Amino acid sequence: MSNVAIEFCHVYKKFKKGEKFDSLRDFIPHLTRKILSNASNGDLREKEFWAVKDVSFQVGYGEAVGIIGPNGAGKSTILKLLSGILLPNKGTFKVNGKISALIEVGAGFHPDLTGRENIYLNGAILGMNREEVREKYDSIVEFSELEEFIDTPVKRYSSGMYARLGFSIAAHVDPQILLIDEVLSVGDFSFQQKCLKKMHEIIDSGTTIIFISHNLPAVIQLCPKTILLNRGAVHQFGDTKDVCRQYYKIFSQTRKVDEGDSLSLEGVELFSSNGSPVTVFRPGDPAKIRFSIGSKIEIKDLVMSLFIKRNDGMVLFDTRSDLSGNKYFSFSEGETKEIDLSFKVNLPQGTYYVGMTLIAPSQGFCLYQDEAIEFYVDAPKSTGYAFLDLKW
Amino acid sequence: MKAMVKELIQYRHLLMMLTWRDIRIRYKQSVMGFMWAIFMPLLIVAAGIVVKKGISIISGKPLELSDLASITVKALPWAFFIGTIRFSTGSLVGNRNLVTKIFFPREVFPLASVLANLFDFGIASAALVVILGFMGVGISVYLLWVPFLLLFLILFSAGLGMLMSCANLFFRDVKYIVEVILTFAIFFTPVFYEASIFGKWETLLLLNPVGSILECINTVVVLRRPPNYYWLSYAASCGIGLFLLGWNVFHRLEYSFAENI
Repeated sequence: MSNVAIEFCHVYKKFKKGEKFDSLRDFIPHLTRKILSNASNGDLREKEFWAVKDVSFQVGYGEAVGIIGPNGAGKSTILKLLSGILLPNKGTFKVNGKISALIEVGAGFHPDLTGRENIYLNGAILGMNREEVREKYDSIVEFSELEEFIDTPVKRYSSGMYARLGFSIAAHVDPQILLIDEVLSVGDFSFQQKCLKKMHEIIDSGTTIIFISHNLPAVIQLCPKTILLNRGAVHQFGDTKDVCRQYYKIFSQTRKVDEGDSLSLEGVELFSSNGSPVTVFRPGDPAKIRFSIGSKIEIKDLVMSLFIKRNDGMVLFDTRSDLSGNKYFSFSEGETKEIDLSFKVNLPQGTYYVGMTLIAPSQGFCLYQDEAIEFYVDAPKSTGYAFLDLKW
Repeated sequence: MKAMVKELIQYRHLLMMLTWRDIRIRYKQSVMGFMWAIFMPLLIVAAGIVVKKGISIISGKPLELSDLASITVKALPWAFFIGTIRFSTGSLVGNRNLVTKIFFPREVFPLASVLANLFDFGIASAALVVILGFMGVGISVYLLWVPFLLLFLILFSAGLGMLMSCANLFFRDVKYIVEVILTFAIFFTPVFYEASIFGKWETLLLLNPVGSILECINTVVVLRRPPNYYWLSYAASCGIGLFLLGWNVFHRLEYSFAENI
């Protein structure tokens, strides 16, 4: 027996744009057309598109996997396929184990019922029986911190209270596989922390989790592996930090600027203080970076910017030569120039990426290199965002 | 079929909770409370008395107490039937949130409507027993048929309810069609009158399974006679048949509910 909890095999799901047929009068002509044009299930008809396109992945037992991607990438569709609400048009998938899906917190609440009644109702909707809910009732109420209002109809609840009660119930269903769609964005800061803690407990107890969120720090915290979806297809599946960085990279605004091909980055190198090329530094080490840039045209007064990103895509440092050094760069036709910059590696343990751009202030980007070079900092005793060289 | 039953048994808690919810919200924040369960049958009975009185004036026969008893006995199952169809038709669309968000067998929605209406029917029946006692309708061995007749009515309503709820999910005009039909169906069903007054057209009226069930109920409760076994078996096969058909159709279409709702 394999230890695969979820397996997706080339799954396709299509949706239709535009109006559906809501009344019989519209439906009959549609049906005749459908019969006459004998397109099979696997092809796209007029106005249809793939919401999920050739998606394959595997999740093992006890694994926590994140799914990220822009709106409309197909994240929720995958969850609905997994939980059985939708059927795929093509492809197969296997789910081994009892599944519980948190697609929307409080989806089953009835506004006229009290908090107490809704706990029983929603518990049943999420697959618990009366006895199980009764057993967990106290801890659900305690977790939600709504003791005072538990006998008030939920229509009088604030949206935060509503969401808190919803999450509390959901967190107390113990399935083997838990599907979560953007439910951490509820409540205030302290409740969010509590939710995250609860999720860690759920993961530690051996539950397989699929976690969809736009809250990338939470994904990084909870899931070692993540799937990046774009337009229905898997763009990347791997280590969460790498996937998040990739996500920032392809969907950041700067990506969309028009880059000319007249300038090119021909080489990047990092050196230590004694001039030898290195990629591993100690915190506080002086470092030198050398960019070799070639130009096909004559161009004057370019502004250079340099930024350093962490491996989860977060930009830690970004500066421009005109603002911080009042320095401009000019190239003559066919020239290749080496630009040396020196800085101090005041960074804690981690993997970092150096990016650079060259901008002609009036015309926009001339050169854009997101991850020109990668380096590591070996500092086992520090964490956070920066290295402050503290003296005890 | 076996899998469908198994699945439903697995989700019986949910079915009970949804039924309880439907009942609970009907009696919550309402002026009438449990009177609501009796309100609709009461109106039907009142209308029936008016019709009966009219008939008795024309035919010259005086209005008897047993006529009132049969109207009352038929009004309750009729109220249950139209209540069930009305609620279950809208049950899937009304729970759109759950249909598109959480997986479980969707049969529970129309079935919960049936059970919630059965609860109302139960309350009204308790009142009816008292009224019939006052009217002097006695007990007979034929009363043993009542549970079976009610079962056929429940199965028929559940089957039709499941069909209508998924029809309404795909085409929203179904709701209005059902509403219109339910409003006028009482004239085509022997509720206010006995099918026998139509003479040779009687068969036509009894072809409506609800009509034959109501007539059988009237025969065994008020007239204290054995039911007509031909019509009884017709009603039974209609009830069971429509239930199986409705459930199968529902089950086959179930997978496409979420994207078509």
